[in-house]
Amino acid sequence: MKYMLSITGFFLSLFVTSQLSATLVDDLLQEYQKAGASGFDAARGEALWKKSFPDPKGAGKERSCTTCHTDNLRNAGKHATTGKAIEPLAPSVNNKRLTDRKEIEKWFLRNCKWTLGRECSAQEKGDILLYLRSQ
Amino acid sequence: MYGKSWTSVLAVVVIGVAATVVADDDDRSGKGKLDVAPVTNQLYTDECGVCHFAYQPGFLPAASWKKLMGGLADHFGENAELPADTAKTLSAYLEANAADKSSYPRSKKMAASLKKGAVPLRITEVPYFAKEHDDIPARMVKDNKQVGSLSNCAACHSKAKEGSFREREINIPGFGPWED
Ligand code: HEC
Ligand code: HEC
Ligand code: HEC
Repeated sequence: MKYMLSITGFFLSLFVTSQLSATLVDDLLQEYQKAGASGFDAARGEALWKKSFPDPKGAGKERSCTTCHTDNLRNAGKHATTGKAIEPLAPSVNNKRLTDRKEIEKWFLRNCKWTLGRECSAQEKGDILLYLRSQ
Repeated sequence: MYGKSWTSVLAVVVIGVAATVVADDDDRSGKGKLDVAPVTNQLYTDECGVCHFAYQPGFLPAASWKKLMGGLADHFGENAELPADTAKTLSAYLEANAADKSSYPRSKKMAASLKKGAVPLRITEVPYFAKEHDDIPARMVKDNKQVGSLSNCAACHSKAKEGSFREREINIPGFGPWED
């Protein structure tokens, strides 16, 4: 009986987290729309994800989102400077992803500034979120 | 069912007590066998342990932590910005447990080795740290893909997270234990 309960509990929690990330992403998309974005597109998000940008300080290597997250979101990444492992970003293999609004906005801010040399627009963030969610 | 789980609880308690006794036996200083106070602040581990090892506050003096926390937007070429309230909470934790406020043996040595007024931003720049690591050849550090730099403490110190950096716990990837 206890066993059955914990099994059900496990599936229930899986279900709840996947629902959570679905509604959170939808909420964020709505906010981005209010900020002027429209017609989000996962393919455009993927293209931006894989695009390379010059090092803002000149000399170094080119940068892209894949520099730390690799171009397969289901794999673990590796921090470009420190070498520490980064757990996969794809919600299909890591159900903790895209479940915390503060985390998402914090990393968008940091990683866009580091990679693109500026903050990402609402349109770009929406496109990328759709791409990430589809993985 | 209940009988069985009580036995295992009892076993855990007994082993726990035995382990504590052994640990006390192994005492190196007033603070058990740890070199620095381990991190017990979950917020700190979550925020400062994602890009690299969550360095114990006891490796830098309070002035260093203050300066480092004031410059998170350009943190060693990285952006590590935090919301103001989170940054404030973490600064308070770091400064209260800094090397110059701690009674753990390595913290005291780190603090004592600093020149008066020195505010290093890196642990690896503190004289005591530099002295302890200056005879490790580059092939084991910089040219070792699994290590990369001395900032990567946990690559070599197998109990770094627990705050223990003893020589016999060292395992340099690709090279093994350290013998000097
Ligand atoms: C310099 C390394 C680095 C680069 C480049 C990078 N990231 Fe990240 N990113 C990280 C780290 C570290 C985390 C936090 C990992 C963790 O929570 O375990 C993270 C987390 C995230 C998250 C949070 C996901 C969640 O729900 O937990 C998002 C979204 C993200 N990155 C998007 C991006 C985008 C978009 C780009 C490109 C513009 C990018 N990243 C480039 C290092 C990087
Ligand atoms: C976005 C990634 C990122 C986050 C988040 C981050 N750091 Fe760092 N940190 C780095 C990088 C990159 C370095 C430089 C590593 C190197 O040179 O090998 C570094 C270096 C350091 C060093 C110097 C280590 C040495 O070489 O002695 C300290 C101390 C430090 N960080 C503390 C912190 C603290 C405290 C926080 C939380 C407020 C934090 N870091 C959050 C990326 C990050
Ligand atoms: C390349 C592997 C390597 C890395 C990376 C490394 N260490 Fe060490 N560390 C050593 C070795 C080897 C010694 C022993 C030196 C000796 O006794 O000759 C040592 C000694 C120490 C000691 C003194 C311990 C004692 O009992 O004497 C401390 C404390 C320490 N390291 C802390 C750190 C911290 C903190 C970091 C990260 C900022 C770090 N180490 C990174 C290899 C490493």
